[in-house]
Amino acid sequence: MAAPLGTGGFTEETGQEKQDTQEKDKAIPPERAEEAKLKAKYPNLGQKPGGSDFLMKRLQKGQKYFDSGDYNMAKAKMKNKQLPSAGPDKNLVTGDHIPTPQDLPQRKSSLVTSKLAG
Amino acid sequence: FLGAGGGNDIQWCFSQVKGAVDDDVAEADIISTVEFNHSGELLATGDKGGRVVIFQQEQENKTQSHSRGEYNVYSTFQSHEPEFDYLKSLEIEEKINKIRWLPQKNAAQFLLSTNDKTIKLWKISERDKRPEGYNLKEEDGRYRDPTTVTTLRVPVFRPMDLMVEASPRRIFANAHTYHINSISINSDYETYLSADDLRINLWHLEITDRSFNIVDIKPANMEELTEVITAAEFHPNSCSTFVYSSSKGTIRLCDMRASALCDRHSKLFEEPEDPSNRSFFSEIISSISDVKFSHSGRYMMTRDYLSVKIWDLNMENRPVETYQVHEYLRSKLCSLYENDCIFDKFECCWNGSDRQVEFLSLCTSDLPNIVMTGSYNNFFRMFDRNTKRDVTLEASRENNKPRTVLKPRKVCASGKRKKDEISVDSLDFNKKILHTAWHPKENIIAVATTNNLYIFQDKMN
Repeated sequence: MAAPLGTGGFTEETGQEKQDTQEKDKAIPPERAEEAKLKAKYPNLGQKPGGSDFLMKRLQKGQKYFDSGDYNMAKAKMKNKQLPSAGPDKNLVTGDHIPTPQDLPQRKSSLVTSKLAG
Repeated sequence: FLGAGGGNDIQWCFSQVKGAVDDDVAEADIISTVEFNHSGELLATGDKGGRVVIFQQEQENKTQSHSRGEYNVYSTFQSHEPEFDYLKSLEIEEKINKIRWLPQKNAAQFLLSTNDKTIKLWKISERDKRPEGYNLKEEDGRYRDPTTVTTLRVPVFRPMDLMVEASPRRIFANAHTYHINSISINSDYETYLSADDLRINLWHLEITDRSFNIVDIKPANMEELTEVITAAEFHPNSCSTFVYSSSKGTIRLCDMRASALCDRHSKLFEEPEDPSNRSFFSEIISSISDVKFSHSGRYMMTRDYLSVKIWDLNMENRPVETYQVHEYLRSKLCSLYENDCIFDKFECCWNGSDRQVEFLSLCTSDLPNIVMTGSYNNFFRMFDRNTKRDVTLEASRENNKPRTVLKPRKVCASGKRKKDEISVDSLDFNKKILHTAWHPKENIIAVATTNNLYIFQDKMN
């Protein structure tokens, strides 16, 4: 519980800076102090933290970006051109490359036995 | 019986640890759920790689009176595989979110395991005999030429080495658009519920192609979304009653007899907030990560980021007890938000109890009444509701001498750190204990660190 300023024995003007700081910390709940820290770092942080943006992100977990529409459109456009293949150096892939299902990182199931059973 | 009364604090000793020793943890090995079965003889774990490992307690050795049976591997199988939903461009993790055991009805054991989208009913059965002496088949399986058979014999069952087989008996799929966070078996032992972020469905264990939606909090306009379902559980005795918790710190109790769609709660449990304390973090840390009924069903426990609360089902406007798990983190919320730890979902559990005695006992305050939950730095906390004492213990390989009592730990929030205390800034936030379980009848607990499973038991004389 924060003690209101002006009560207790610390408000005497003794010039002790340390006690003044302690008084200030008592007045600001730790959560608010942390909030101020966060807002100082990220001034554009949304006003409604528990609101839609945050929850929508939670609901969208697992979203990958292979878009079959884009894939087929690009495939139709590139019909007559040489298609750049994925090649070993995937880092060079940019907008010209059409992602294929094969290029998506395949999540293989664990064929290895759990180490808990070891 | 659990040694009730007299304020005998339990002295916890290390018993076993399972899992790899190395610090480099593979994603698949991250433990995601731990659950004892109804007798406590079996202990199941699920991991991020979709695997289930079941341990079985050894029969008690009469000569070794100072310790209870050890848990050894009984069965392990791949429950779920990773999937890709091409239609929605959605990757479906194989991580096992929850395991729930069915009460045993026959020789086989059954459990439900779920990932984000699909629930599976697994049958675990033992085979210790095999038929031998077929007339038309050799022992290795090759068929015999019938013309070479001159006499007939009757095949008999002969003993063989114990084989434990797990087979999926039911697959409950395609009922959840969002991510499943809970499953709970009804006290009728015929139905169960599954809950995702916005909906709760009711299933019959025998029927996989149909499921009833009993709660739907999806708003017509998704931009108006303010709250999601975080956990749900059936009441232990009343088969028409269940509760679900939300990301805003509320719990709703619903009665399925009231209507087919339980969008209107029968009770709403919510602690009023002090508006002067409100901050950016308030709602996030009030989000309930777990809800568990007491064995009698009179109380329920909820876990939010910083505390454990006990609610009396007869009182909706505030919890009857609140226990601080790690209050010193309140002044670290900024960095815990930045490293995402503020979103960690801790579970909580009650001590096991003899339900019959609880009902018969005139004075329930004599019964051991302890709740447990995890924290960071591989610490876990226990709160004794009778004595109001709490303790912090650590799951670490450094304390792994059997029958050595665990030393209580202390975190120093500020100021001068005493010897043996750990300062908040030295805590390892990568070492989280999210999942713990308490044996239903004995003082044996299973505590999961990131990739290891610890088993502790009380010191027996």
